Amino acid sequence: MKVKEIIEAIAGEILVPPAVDIEVDRAFAADLMSDILAFAQPQMLMITGMTNLQAVRTAEMSDMPVILFARGKRPPAALLELAQEIGIGILLSPYTMYETSGLLYQAGLPGMGKLPTVQQQ
Amino acid sequence: MSQQFSLFARMGKDLPLSILHELTCELKVSRVMTTEITTLPSTASMQEVKELLRSHRISGIPIVDEETLVGVVSVEDLILALEQHALDTPVSRFMTPQVLTAHPEEPVFEALKQLERQGIGRLLVLDEDGKLAGILTKGDIMLGLLGALQQAYDRVERLGRERQPRYFFEALVSDETSLILSYHVRPNDFTQGGRASAQVKKALLQIGATPQLSRRVAIAAYEAEINLIIHTDDGGHIVVKIQPEKITVVAHDTGPGIANVELARQPGYTTASETAREMGFGAGMGLTNIERCTDEMHIWSAIGSGTRIEMIFYVPPEESA
Repeated sequence: MKVKEIIEAIAGEILVPPAVDIEVDRAFAADLMSDILAFAQPQMLMITGMTNLQAVRTAEMSDMPVILFARGKRPPAALLELAQEIGIGILLSPYTMYETSGLLYQAGLPGMGKLPTVQQQ
Repeated sequence: MSQQFSLFARMGKDLPLSILHELTCELKVSRVMTTEITTLPSTASMQEVKELLRSHRISGIPIVDEETLVGVVSVEDLILALEQHALDTPVSRFMTPQVLTAHPEEPVFEALKQLERQGIGRLLVLDEDGKLAGILTKGDIMLGLLGALQQAYDRVERLGRERQPRYFFEALVSDETSLILSYHVRPNDFTQGGRASAQVKKALLQIGATPQLSRRVAIAAYEAEINLIIHTDDGGHIVVKIQPEKITVVAHDTGPGIANVELARQPGYTTASETAREMGFGAGMGLTNIERCTDEMHIWSAIGSGTRIEMIFYVPPEESA
């Protein structure tokens, strides 16, 4: 799915255009960076409500090309500057994380599918 | 052929003009001429000429008597003999005795001019002693130039590659190469979190590691970096040792230390503060993530003295040159 299609599906806004005309093939939504790091893949869209620098760092480490911030939470300028510098696209959705994900899923962007359960301490 | 076509496609764009100039002026006849020569004595018949031309698929034969070049016979001469029904006559009657020659050290460019000027198909190449050393046709020149161009292009490409390595550690060679990157990580400094790991990743890509390997190292280093920020009293260090066959990342600090390492390795176990959780960390997944990315992970820890995590990544053999 191209950035243009993502924006259309969620009536979103491009805050930092991605470095190249990229295409994502799945998405992962979480506020926990470690969860994202555990499942991140190149070509994956990150959907999060965590608007601090670590979201950008997480995308940088794991080669995720675009971050979509949910619930209309416009990230601080320092985050946009870092994203610009690294070449990571930043998008903004006016919907909650649940609805943002639902709209994109409906538009044909898949997630991780069914996962095995992991016992937590 | 496809290699030659692609060469032409690339030539205009990024082959420096100086190389093209150098080639046409400096390429020597000896480098492009055919040295496997079929000759006949002047006593041979035109019938033999016909068979030799056909079997070797060539267009001319030098005529040599006792190691001395006496003439050359071509397809045109053969046609003349056929028209006169004179295939049984000796070569000496139909051959061209005034032979145009070239010197092995002459530039190809000069030989080509001579071929053009005289309107002939081949030059015979004679060495210092006047002995036949080779034959030069326009076809030889073309193939020779293409070959030399390919070599020149490979040279340009190799030079480019040294600036942008294709293989891991390609540009650095020694009996025992290692590169050490060292970073200081401050406690509670979330704004700088990831700076060290990002620089490690950039360095790995720069020395030719694949994106996959760089990514695994970066993710593990990042989790370790965040752990230093979240959990330590005085911060810590990340030391990356890069060797051609493996990468070792060590994160160490001076305290407080982990009470139960086995428990800390369990997914979901955490002692992180509320601040860490607000930053999206501290969910007890750090060590699990590190373990998943590494080939080997070792943890030493003691309350009061600190923690040391060693992460080892083996470079896949096909990635090191």
